[in-house]
Amino acid sequence: MLAKRIIPCLDVDNGRVKKGVNFLDLVDVGEPAAIAAEYEKQGADELVFLDITATNQARSTMIDVVEKVSRKVFMPLTVGGGIKSVAEMQNLLRAGADKISLNSAAIASPSLITEGAKKFGNQCIVVAIDVKRNHEKKFFEVYTHGGKISTGIDAITWAKKVVELGAGELLVTSMDQDGTKSGFDIELYQKIAPEIDVPVIASGGAGKMEDFVDVFRKCNVDGALAASVFHYGEITIPNLKEELKKFEVNVR
Amino acid sequence: MLAVIDYDAGNTFNVIKAFDYLGVKIKLTDNPTEILESSGLILPGVGAFGPAMATLEKKQLVDVIKEAVLVKKIPLLGICLGMQLLFEKSSEYGEHNGLGLIPGNIIAIPEKGGLKVPQMGWNKNRLKIQGTKFDFIEGQYSYFVHSFYASCDKKYLISAVDYGVEVPAMVQNGSVFGTQFHPEKSGKIGLDILETFAKKVVRQ
Repeated sequence: MLAKRIIPCLDVDNGRVKKGVNFLDLVDVGEPAAIAAEYEKQGADELVFLDITATNQARSTMIDVVEKVSRKVFMPLTVGGGIKSVAEMQNLLRAGADKISLNSAAIASPSLITEGAKKFGNQCIVVAIDVKRNHEKKFFEVYTHGGKISTGIDAITWAKKVVELGAGELLVTSMDQDGTKSGFDIELYQKIAPEIDVPVIASGGAGKMEDFVDVFRKCNVDGALAASVFHYGEITIPNLKEELKKFEVNVR
Repeated sequence: MLAVIDYDAGNTFNVIKAFDYLGVKIKLTDNPTEILESSGLILPGVGAFGPAMATLEKKQLVDVIKEAVLVKKIPLLGICLGMQLLFEKSSEYGEHNGLGLIPGNIIAIPEKGGLKVPQMGWNKNRLKIQGTKFDFIEGQYSYFVHSFYASCDKKYLISAVDYGVEVPAMVQNGSVFGTQFHPEKSGKIGLDILETFAKKVVRQ
């Protein structure tokens, strides 16, 4: 059976990893390829690179980053952040990315999901969904543009729609939990995962190892993504996997 | 020198990068002479069976590959779809003939028991034949992305993974090898497989 995936996420700003990654004795703490190689050594199952500048100029820098990382690191690489066209997807995949993550652009033009899936295969297309509870109307609402703009769209309806359109995986971030370090949004994944038949990656809220145990034991998610707990060395991947094994979560 | 068969397969460059990283000399080529004079062949592949065979045929590489393997006995490693092409037939979107270098057919992973298709992720290899140069694969996880799998006699299985059915992960028939997983995306174990093929299977 497939192992549950542990996925560190790196924010890349103009070719440099933005948040300090300070668990490593790296000469250059901003160098994506060096950080990626260290995560590979630790046993990460996949890496997500999020291009947070996402201007045209930064896009070609991102292609360089992917090219460099894929010369040193031999595991699945997902790239997201501001990707708006099939041509951009193709350039990133050619440079060595394995999957492309679409977010705001998928809402603006859902046909982009289908075009990408047709050209590169469903497995290449991840749709990232940023979700926040709408307390007034009592539903999970989709947000775009880094969580700044509310769309009024129901997250579960949208999740089903993007899978129909060809998404091969969903990266679902709970904005309610993101940054709180108080655990993954169990309720969200319990609602969303049974509704769709592609892998779901949980994101937002990881603070301690128990949070990962919790999300894998209580929800049918395929992977869990986190950034700062890994970057600041608060959780190391080997320790996390040992802990998960104790609770009979299948990890590599 | 190793040759990677150039037929516009999606993972070609990542495969080459892995060999570069290992310091193995390798050339991307669709030239029949270079293919026939190589010390070992890599057949990459991502995507659908039919179009991939059509591209190989259009480039007139089908007979070249068969001659290289059957007559010149050049070791070959097929990767992912490249591994599937080694078999006789596939039923992916219609019936298609493969290279026929390993007896067996490519069929769909059955959708049952809530298993998601494609199989996408890390799965654990169980060694099926001992005594090849790849015994170290036992118990190791490698990275898979596929919706179809090889149905073949167990005697061709170096390793298999469990995904509702027994999915052949690494296969061998004489000097023809194949991995359903992506060694170029499987971390250290993947690199070890490529290095073993390049340095221990291929005549130096």
